Amino acid sequence: MTTAEKIDRKTALDLYRVMRTIRSFEERSTQLFGENKIWGTIHSYAGEEAIAAGVCANLRDDDWITSTHRGHGHCIAKGADLGRMFAELLGRETGYCRGRGGSMHIADTAKGNLGANGIVGGGIPIATGAALTAKQLGTDQVAVSFFGDGAANQGTFHESLNLAAIWKLPAVYVCENNQYAESLPVKRAFAVDDIAKRADGYGMPGVHVDGRDVRAVYAAAGEAVARARTGRGPTLVVADSYRHEGHYYGDPRKYQSKEEIDGWRRQFDPLADARTWILADRLASDADLDTVDQNIATEIDRAVAWAEEAPLASPIKLPDDVYASH
Amino acid sequence: MQATEARAPAATRELFYNEALNEALRLEMERDQRVIVIGEDIAEHGGAFQVTAGLLDRFGPTRIRQTPISEIGIVGAAVGAALTGLRPVVELMYVDFAGLAMDQIVNQAAQNRFMFGGQARVPMVLRTQGGSGRGNAAQHSKSLEAWFAHVAGLKLVMPSTPADAKGLLASSIRDDDPVIFLEHKLLYRTKGAVPEGEHLVPLGKAEVKREGRDLTIVTWSREVLFALDASAQLASDGIEAEVVDVRTLVPLDKDLILASVRKTHRVLVVHEAIRRGGYGAEVAAMITEEAFDDLDAPPRRLAGLETPIPYAQHLEKSVVPQVDDIVRVAKELVV
Repeated sequence: MTTAEKIDRKTALDLYRVMRTIRSFEERSTQLFGENKIWGTIHSYAGEEAIAAGVCANLRDDDWITSTHRGHGHCIAKGADLGRMFAELLGRETGYCRGRGGSMHIADTAKGNLGANGIVGGGIPIATGAALTAKQLGTDQVAVSFFGDGAANQGTFHESLNLAAIWKLPAVYVCENNQYAESLPVKRAFAVDDIAKRADGYGMPGVHVDGRDVRAVYAAAGEAVARARTGRGPTLVVADSYRHEGHYYGDPRKYQSKEEIDGWRRQFDPLADARTWILADRLASDADLDTVDQNIATEIDRAVAWAEEAPLASPIKLPDDVYASH
Repeated sequence: MQATEARAPAATRELFYNEALNEALRLEMERDQRVIVIGEDIAEHGGAFQVTAGLLDRFGPTRIRQTPISEIGIVGAAVGAALTGLRPVVELMYVDFAGLAMDQIVNQAAQNRFMFGGQARVPMVLRTQGGSGRGNAAQHSKSLEAWFAHVAGLKLVMPSTPADAKGLLASSIRDDDPVIFLEHKLLYRTKGAVPEGEHLVPLGKAEVKREGRDLTIVTWSREVLFALDASAQLASDGIEAEVVDVRTLVPLDKDLILASVRKTHRVLVVHEAIRRGGYGAEVAAMITEEAFDDLDAPPRRLAGLETPIPYAQHLEKSVVPQVDDIVRVAKELVV
């Protein structure tokens, strides 16, 4: 288990700000869903904010990520515009995907986000291919694949980690162990006690980190990204966390006890933890953090208002929407 | 081969189909550093059908990137590479193996542009080969073009001649969308005149391979050769068949097909893939909808039987349309 390291005020506040933004985005999305303004389904990242924030703080705009069905957090941490994200959820023309993709397909290619993905494990080979591009073109870009514990049991995980290892690709594989693959607890999905051990089988380092502690994630991902960027090959980072909400909005959560849901949500809260250690380490004051919270609340209000005022997504235009050249 | 030769008069040589494909890969890789080839056994071995022979020596192991046996890893890596600036050409050894990679083809490559609201393009080619006739039996002999034709976002190319193989592969590599490029295992050792230097056959354009007035045979891939043989036999009986080689199934060249049908008023669609749900049904329906009043007879389909491909040589031949079958059905149609 990688231990947390001391970090400076600016980094601490940046990490806190990203985590708070993700939490507030998810809270507002949940509210909008409850108001029947969001169609389809959404998967909340609440409780896992430290992973996206800690990893992406090590990335540049021209580094790539692939994300998951639970992708809002990665998208925000990689620098997305909140208005365009809300606009996508609301089916507007100004949304990232012009209303064609929705929550599970938000991409922001200008910021290196190669997309959320509705297929569990679907992004792992794609990030591997992005890392291949960097290697082939001789750049020092890095590709990070975020995926869950469920995806670690897909074939794409095995094939991709092996390819990245034999080709020494600049890739970082971040397994977000949120304890459940949809409704299946990790203990019933893995006979191995630590998913990071699987890295040995591919000949790459495997790092197990407390995914609730953004400092620990930041440090572990920093090492993995530096390793990738300097041509030393891929790393598997497994970050333990806890998903505060169900698999999707409205999940009856029959596979969890009420005690677990209520207790663990309080016990495993990376945002509350961050506030505690930032204050304890005297990196910022309560008032400083309250100001951050208030600014984000205002930003979210503005983003939602902007999205709600935007026109509905334009009709599908064929073949242009589907084909780039014709 | 110098690029300047592209503008020279179309000098041709006789090449095998696999040599023509090899030439297209070599020319496109010389032309564009972003083009890489990725797949199994493509390096020293030169590919299961020798399409990449010699390319390792010419371009080295980073651009002729031989992989472990990991179909979804290979295709997915190509998708990611295409999204980020390369123009990968994947070789899947058999189309029957596409099942192992189907998520990356269907849910990722085909849909990325659409799902992302136009932010992405996926300029990749997935080359593979199908078809029966070599005793490879059920898991190595299928014709699966209908799978890909049914997915929005893919283009689908099936060349029948060495010249088309070269020209369509070059165009596919330069195309900004994912292209499924289906070769036929029994075409690799067929020969034909192939233009030297740059040779591009546009996607979405069918070709009349033989002119005729009495019926139109619409077909693709190896069945084009069968249809031409059948047409020669029919001519000796006074029946002049026009053979339309579809070449690109998606996008489909409706105009050329309809123009031919409006001339001959009778149409036979032939393919090796099984009949039920086959792409021939799409072609026949399109003709019926668009040219019903021009038809003197209902469109006919001649296609594979609804069975896995059997092993024994006589059985294998018995389940896919042969030259004699085309002659027989064409005569029934013209009577």
